[in-house]
Amino acid sequence: MGKQLAAVIGVGQTHHRAKREDVSIAGLCREAVDRALADAGVGFDDIDAVVVGKAPDLFEGVMMPELFLAEALGAVGKPLLRVHTAGSVGGSTAIVASSLVQAGVHKRVLTVSFEKQSESNAMWALSVPVPFVMPVHAGAGGYFAPHVRSYIRRSGAPEHVGAIVAAKDRRNGAKNPYAHLHQPDTTMESVMASQMLWDPIRYDETCPSSDGACALVITDEDTAASVDNPAWIHATAMRTEPTTAAERDQVNPHAGREAAAHLWKQAGITSPIDEIDCAEIYVPFSWFEPMWIENLGFSAEGEGWKLTEAGETEIGGRLPINMSGGVLSSNPIGASGMLRFGEAALQVMGEAGEHQVDGARRALGHAYGGGSQFFAMWVVGADKPAS
Amino acid sequence: MRDVAVVGFAQRQMREFDGSPTMVELLVPIIGELYDKTGWTKADIGFWCSGSSDYLAGRSFSFVSAVDAIGTLPPVNESHVEMDAAWALYEAWVKIQTGEVDTALVYGFGKSSAGLLRRILALQLDPYVLTPLWPDTVSIAAMQARLGLEKGLWDEKALAEVVVRNRAAGRDNPHAIVSGDVSVADLLAEPLFADPLHKHDCAPVTDGAAAIVLAADDRARAVVDRPAWITGFQHRTDAQALGVRDLTRSPATAAAGAAAGTRGVDCAELHAPFSHQELILGRELGLDESVTVNPSGGALCGNPMFSAGLIRIGEAATRVMAGASDKALAHATSGPALQQNLVCVMEGRN
Amino acid sequence: MTTTERAPVTGIVSPVRLDYTYAASAEESRFLRGLAEGKIRGQRCPKCEKVYVPPRGACPVDGVPTRDEVELPDRGIVTTFCIVNVPFLGQRIAPPYVSAYVLLDGADIPFLHLVLGCEASEVRMGMRVEAAWKPREDWTTSMENIDHFRPTGEPDAAYESYAAHL
Repeated sequence: MGKQLAAVIGVGQTHHRAKREDVSIAGLCREAVDRALADAGVGFDDIDAVVVGKAPDLFEGVMMPELFLAEALGAVGKPLLRVHTAGSVGGSTAIVASSLVQAGVHKRVLTVSFEKQSESNAMWALSVPVPFVMPVHAGAGGYFAPHVRSYIRRSGAPEHVGAIVAAKDRRNGAKNPYAHLHQPDTTMESVMASQMLWDPIRYDETCPSSDGACALVITDEDTAASVDNPAWIHATAMRTEPTTAAERDQVNPHAGREAAAHLWKQAGITSPIDEIDCAEIYVPFSWFEPMWIENLGFSAEGEGWKLTEAGETEIGGRLPINMSGGVLSSNPIGASGMLRFGEAALQVMGEAGEHQVDGARRALGHAYGGGSQFFAMWVVGADKPAS
Repeated sequence: MRDVAVVGFAQRQMREFDGSPTMVELLVPIIGELYDKTGWTKADIGFWCSGSSDYLAGRSFSFVSAVDAIGTLPPVNESHVEMDAAWALYEAWVKIQTGEVDTALVYGFGKSSAGLLRRILALQLDPYVLTPLWPDTVSIAAMQARLGLEKGLWDEKALAEVVVRNRAAGRDNPHAIVSGDVSVADLLAEPLFADPLHKHDCAPVTDGAAAIVLAADDRARAVVDRPAWITGFQHRTDAQALGVRDLTRSPATAAAGAAAGTRGVDCAELHAPFSHQELILGRELGLDESVTVNPSGGALCGNPMFSAGLIRIGEAATRVMAGASDKALAHATSGPALQQNLVCVMEGRN
Repeated sequence: MTTTERAPVTGIVSPVRLDYTYAASAEESRFLRGLAEGKIRGQRCPKCEKVYVPPRGACPVDGVPTRDEVELPDRGIVTTFCIVNVPFLGQRIAPPYVSAYVLLDGADIPFLHLVLGCEASEVRMGMRVEAAWKPREDWTTSMENIDHFRPTGEPDAAYESYAAHL
């Protein structure tokens, strides 16, 4: 039968906040799910299967929460899958959902990802002491900051590039009604003036901790034909490498490079910078924008920061990045990857509102997780992929 | 749909695994055994998928170290489900159906002995109204067994007979951690554990890991003479709340079985961690006396969490590949009181 | 109805207590026993021949256990690092302090540890460091037998010598 076409026809997300005390976990998911179903113009009865993604169960203190959520997600009597691939999970989950359609197994799949970090203690959940490892008491920022230092040393990028990214993403986030942080007045100077937390990472260069969810409705070609503006899935890719290994490249990871190469090939793209109209990529700390620009092949190695510094990653630039405000403006961990994938879809659907890139026809959604070792990405387009 | 088959299976089960909860020490020899059986190397595997649980391991991202057992530089095309690896096998089967890859290696692992399993599993319940009461999984299963007794669906003797048959079958299974000849009378004389269940009605707490190799079309035929071709692969979930469903039924199993097509199966490996659950599953799947149930001894002889469902598929496939079965059914379950269920039907064709 | 009766319940506290026994692999055990004697034991992967410290149940590149034992010196270099300025619950050292990747001489992989004994602002990529062990009577089978690493005062390593470890 061969691979079937698949498209996103509905995108939904919650208002992301530090604490969504007004809703339960089920209520949070339903807020995103109901918006996605309404956007797609379908109901639960139309859905064949449900795919759930989220990061570690210890973040909410519920083991395999999709089980108790089955009713709220309309999954009773249907297939229900639960994906967990660390921080990349929102992206991987969307890819698993699309593969169900591409395989010809289902016609209409609902996928949802979430994190309600306020219901447990995420810092604690990440820091259960494991013997044999020196406790350096540094947290997630402390894990990634040394690699940012390595990037700066390797590329020779000037110190303010990270601040440019943070200011841009916060300004973009101010245009997104769902974003956790609304800080339109952020400037490179104000970011540079914020406290140095994990040198070389400043406070304003780090992501917030959010409660939030994202949902997508992914369907087959016939169903997608019934809506005006589906986001056609042109290519998907996932790759994994170890957390630590002798001489592993932590700045420009092999798995990200390989996933991107596979993705561009599948999508028939030979010059990503020219053929992709905008990209929503997973940037939890500002410096990861130039690092991933290079890793994804939008620039040569060591040159990514030049695009950022030249303002080319602003909305209106040559390659707008993180139009929604990105992870730096909202970070419900389990949903963060799907929010990237969903924003890419919204852009090519022409539904991104204030943060719409004019004429976006082909967009990248990207997520990574673990110690920069799990990568998930997709390309969506306003046009059907050329076969 | 592409023709996809199980072409290799390896497993380890034990009461207490004396090693790290990452279980790479178990996964390395299991994956090595599958390379030996298939004649393949890492480069022959198009897709990897695993099933495991952070709460079972007691730490976040517990599956992350397990990929070291693969050796992931150069990087691999890989995914993970926080479910029994039977569902990881389903994800891999779907991946092969997209045509993107032709082969997959799927593994599951879990060290149930690291904590108190039945207490950990209480965290699967509704966090607002049920988990705070800490009803453990054995007690929930006992309530389910009690309901069936009260309704006259089974009696204590029928439960003991399930145990007798599984333990006897387990004698031929080198991986069984409990097996042997026992009598119904002896079993019924044992003390109650969670009334009406005795300890022998409950699967033993088991550590372990398992892996299966899937291959499509000619890739499968090149590996074994008689691949276990998957003719039906379906799964469904029921609601979780114990008050909204008839606990003596399993509609998810019935629906998955009907969609997978169980007619003509001569053998069934059922994932029933409690004796009465085997009776529920047999009825929902419409299995009659002609079907050999749990020739491996089933979960009552060993139930490594997050791989026991995959092991049912591996055991059924092994019989098909060996010519001992022409059409076999394997079932996996997850969640409290048989909430979520999967059915995989395989056929041998020479 | 009173106001309290109408106020929504926005959360309940439901404590979770679970106890786990965390075991070491055979490779990790050898490493930890070495630390109890003040020794740092790495192991070489039989396939790629890289020296791993701590040793591994599976070489992450080749998927086979590391094997031949290599005793490593307690000195090496800082490949990269960050300065922790964030105060948080349970912290035992007053910020700022340095969390660094330390690459021991003869090892092929760095590990995270603390670098103390100089101003945080003086720590550099390529700086030579040595282990500052706790008093012998405090040694257990723990990575924390090494309290921290401190500068040796030797000249910095050339960037090219450790660029592949970043």
